[in-house]
Formats: sequence, structure tokens, C-alpha cells
Amino acid sequence: MADMKVYFDHNATTPLHPEVKKEMIAAMEMFGNPSSMHSYGREARANVENARRQVADFIGASEKEIVFVGSGSEANNTVLSLFVCGSSQCIPGSRMRSSIITTKIEHPCVLETSECLGHRGVRIKYLDVDQYGKIDLDQLAGMLGDDVGLVSVMMANNEIGTLQDIETIAKMVHESGALMHTDAVQAIGKVPVDVRTLGVDFLTMSAHKIYGPKGVGALFVKKGVPYCPLIRGGHQELGRRAGTENTLGILGLGKAVEMRALEMPEEEERLLELKQVLKNGIEESIDDVHFNGHPTDSLTSTLNVSFIGVEGEAILLYLDIEGIAVSTGSACASGSLDPSHVLLATGVDAELAHGSIRFSMGRESSRQEVDYLLDVLPRTIQKIRNMSTAYIKGGLHAASR
Amino acid sequence: MLQAGEWAYSEKLKEHFMNPKNILQGENTDEFDGVGMEGNLQCGDQMMVVIKVDKEKEVITDCQWKTYGCASAIASTSILSEMVKGRTLDDAFNISPKEVAQELGGLPDHKIHCSVLGDKALRAAINDYYTRNGKEDKVKQEQAKVICQCMNITDHDIEDAVLEGARTYFELQERTKLGTVCGQCKGEAELLLEKFKHIHFGV
Repeated sequence: MADMKVYFDHNATTPLHPEVKKEMIAAMEMFGNPSSMHSYGREARANVENARRQVADFIGASEKEIVFVGSGSEANNTVLSLFVCGSSQCIPGSRMRSSIITTKIEHPCVLETSECLGHRGVRIKYLDVDQYGKIDLDQLAGMLGDDVGLVSVMMANNEIGTLQDIETIAKMVHESGALMHTDAVQAIGKVPVDVRTLGVDFLTMSAHKIYGPKGVGALFVKKGVPYCPLIRGGHQELGRRAGTENTLGILGLGKAVEMRALEMPEEEERLLELKQVLKNGIEESIDDVHFNGHPTDSLTSTLNVSFIGVEGEAILLYLDIEGIAVSTGSACASGSLDPSHVLLATGVDAELAHGSIRFSMGRESSRQEVDYLLDVLPRTIQKIRNMSTAYIKGGLHAASR
Repeated sequence: MLQAGEWAYSEKLKEHFMNPKNILQGENTDEFDGVGMEGNLQCGDQMMVVIKVDKEKEVITDCQWKTYGCASAIASTSILSEMVKGRTLDDAFNISPKEVAQELGGLPDHKIHCSVLGDKALRAAINDYYTRNGKEDKVKQEQAKVICQCMNITDHDIEDAVLEGARTYFELQERTKLGTVCGQCKGEAELLLEKFKHIHFGV
């Protein structure tokens, strides 16, 4: 077993920040229901509202615009599902416009919800992306119209890290009279996010991607925009999300964003440097690689690479044996038979998608870790290529039929 | 609190993945008597099996391979190459994916399809040997038989669907669209479904 442990899968999830852990442990005894009027309840309420202020401050929102939810997926489901509600009881005024525009590279919780809404009569239009994962604003302009009620575009892609120009997109969307949602789960805490600057109506975030606990997220709902809860039957979150609050989780999320605000500025530069070292190192030591995602407009922590002639799950597991944790866009690792929908949408062919590896670094990632990876990776790829039908020294094997 | 769980794979598989046996070095297959290749890169799995044959006894004396694929694909070709040595061609021809999976100490359901290419490539190599040695009469083709005429679905498609997880007729239809037009093939398809479930999963 390897002595060195390297966790380069921060886009999947992150460890708790020590400060978050400390705060949550200290709060372990807090069990009151924030809805109770007695002292136990008031203690819980105070902490929930404190976290709400922290989250609101972090993204430039007001406190009443923050709805705590169980996950980023729940927040995304909530926003999209609003649009099947045609009842004027729920959403005063006229029936909502019934088309939704989203992209081909969204997280499955957006894509599968969209597909389901499609079955329920909502028209879904999917934006293509270019080879770097950027949407085409002209295509968006062509799709917008009187029928479109909501546009949902992720701010940063989880697999390739590509950032979209949400500010410009939101302007276009609003001019056409639709509402704008962005899934900022991967962007929050890595790049500055201010809901007023972005001009969005809904924004999704999750705690466990930013060194907070799992099972808690937040949805920004701009004051005055139509809303209909996904989980009904309680007055919590001003009637916007029923269910007793996950007090500990919410407190952890509050602390997590507070720590992000302190650490983020310095970290971005440091990670960009590490990413450059990693990228250069791979280019220098391994032939036939293909970098996925945008060369500059991308999360500084994320590097996605395809290794020609090699299948990703094999790379992942050989690296795991050496103590390095990464993820892959290969079908084999996902349980489905199709490789990454994101990479396919960027026009990468299926074989390259099967051979893709995502390195996602975080606040504790170090130069030493990158060096260790750069020591292990070339021989790992060499080992797999040596037994691959797809790769014979010097290039792709021609025998494939 | 529990510690890091076991791999999704058995120890035996892990051993073959970490130290694969009988990898074909380079791409020269001239010294081998039969070469077979199955699968394709787009689907994420491709296997090449090469064999040396004792022509008098028709026994496999050496078996090497290359595989493009995941851990279970690599390990299953590795273990297959060990299993066939010393077997007669007839015997080796009948090795089933189930035997390979058993030898590996079992495979997760969704990984079974990764292990079926090895034995297919082996059969292709054996057929190649027969062809090269003027024994075309011994070549056993795996002809696909069309079951659903409307959607042009073969028994191979049904087998693939079962390997990919279809367990009921409805799931089979979901995956293949078989029997979704005239529906006349339902009886035959159901029999094949049961057959492949039995062959691959013993149910």
C-alpha cells in the first residue's frame, strides 16, 4: 500500500474544514427544534438564522432570499419543478410560460428532472456547447422567446471546470422575460459569486463541495420571483421547504462559507499554479494526451485529461492502489454503458471520453502531492498502454476494426 | 465507524488486475497460430487473444492477450489466458463467461458484460487457427439469429441486454425495443431471456 495519500477528487466532495468540524462538534448538544418557542428552540433558531446571514452575505443576497435545502440536487429539482405548476393558486398571476432552456452539460439532477418535466408536458430545449464546454450565446438568443419561462445554466461544470458567462446570459434571459437559474454548486467558494452582479433569480449551492457537511445546501430565491415548494407541508423556510431544519448541517454550511470568504482569494492563485505544474508535467511525461475543458475560463482546481488508448476505470484503480484518488468519465466506472455526457457534448469521441480522468484539487492540495502524482501517473499509463489493444508504442493500434 | 470498504471486486480479480498474466508484448503476432479480436474502443472494451497450438493434439500451449478496458476486463482476460493453457481447442471453445466470472470469484452484475469479450475473442482465435490450417469445416460461427423481425433484434442483442441488466421482458423491451411493434416474438424472446439469465447469472 502506498504511504502517500493524495485526494484529488474535490469536485466529488471535500473533507470538513477543521473550523467547520470544531463548530459542529461544539454544537452537537444543540437539539432544539428551531420552530419551538422555548429556550431550546430559540437556541437552534439563532444558529440557523446566523448561518442564513453568513450564506446571504457570502453571495450578496438578503437573508430572506436564502432557502436551506437537503442538497444541491434538491435545490435544482425545486427550481425546475416550479415550471410544471400551472396553478394560479400557487403562483399568482398568469400561467407560467411552459418552456425551459438548459444545456447538454448540466448535472444529471437537472437533465433527468428536465426529461421528466418533458414527459409532463414542459418543452425542454437543450443548448449545445463548443469544444471547450462553452454555450453559444447566439444559439441561446435564437431559443429565447415568449414561450420560455426558465433558463438553467450551470456556472461551472463539475467534470471539466468550464465557466459560463452567467452575467451576460442572465441579461439576455431577462430581456426575453424569462427567469434565470444557475447551478453554482461547483463555482461557489472557488470563484467570486454575487447574485446581484450575476443578476440571477435562482442559484443553487451545496455545503459538502466547500468543506461543509453533506446533506445540506441552499437555494437563493430572488425576492418577488414566483415560487412553489418541492417539499410541502410545513412553515419552515417561510413555507418554501417543509421539514425540520438540519440545524447542525446548516450551522456547518454557515461556517463553511465564512471560511471560504477568508481563504478563497489566496487559494485561487495557488491552485492555478499547481494546475499549470500538473498540466505541464503530464504534457512532458506522457504522449498522446488530450486536455478537456476551457484552457483559461475554467475552475483553477480542475484538470480533465483524456489518455488515448487507456480506459479510465483502470487508471482510477491503479492510482487508488498508489494512494491517489481521482475520478473518470468512463462508462465502466459509472455503472451505465455511456461515457461522460459532458465530454460527448464537447465533441470528444467516445473512446477519449472512456479514457478521461478528472483531477480536482482543493485547499490542502500541495506541490508535493502534484509531484507524487506526476511520478506515479506516467508509469501507470505506460503499464496500461502496454496491455491495451488500442495502443502500441508510438501510437494508436491499427488493428481495431 | 467502518473502515474503507472492500473493492467492488474480489481479491482474486484484484490480484489479476494488479499483476496481469500473459500480456502480449508489442504487436507482432506472427509466432502465434490463431489471433482473435472482439469489441471496439467506442464501447470501452476491446480484447485480443492470441494462441499457440500443439497441432497434433490440438491443445492450446500458450495464450497471450491485450485488452483495452476496465479492471474486470483486464482481469478476466488475464485469468482466461491461464485457464485455457493445456486445454483442447474443443474444450476451450466452450468456456463460458460464467466460468470466467466464477474463476475470478464473481463479478458485480453490471460488470459481467466486460468479461464476455475475452471468451468471444478466444473463440475467434480458435476459429482463426482452424481457418489457417485448412480446417474450415471446424469453424463454428456464432451466427446471430433475428428474433424480432420488426425491430431487427437478434439473440445476441437479447444476450447483451441481459448482460447489461435486463431481467424482465419489460426491461428487455426497454433496452432493445424488441416486440414493440407486432409483438409476435414475445414467446421466443422470453425463452431466450430465461436462457441467458440462467447462463450468465444462474437464475
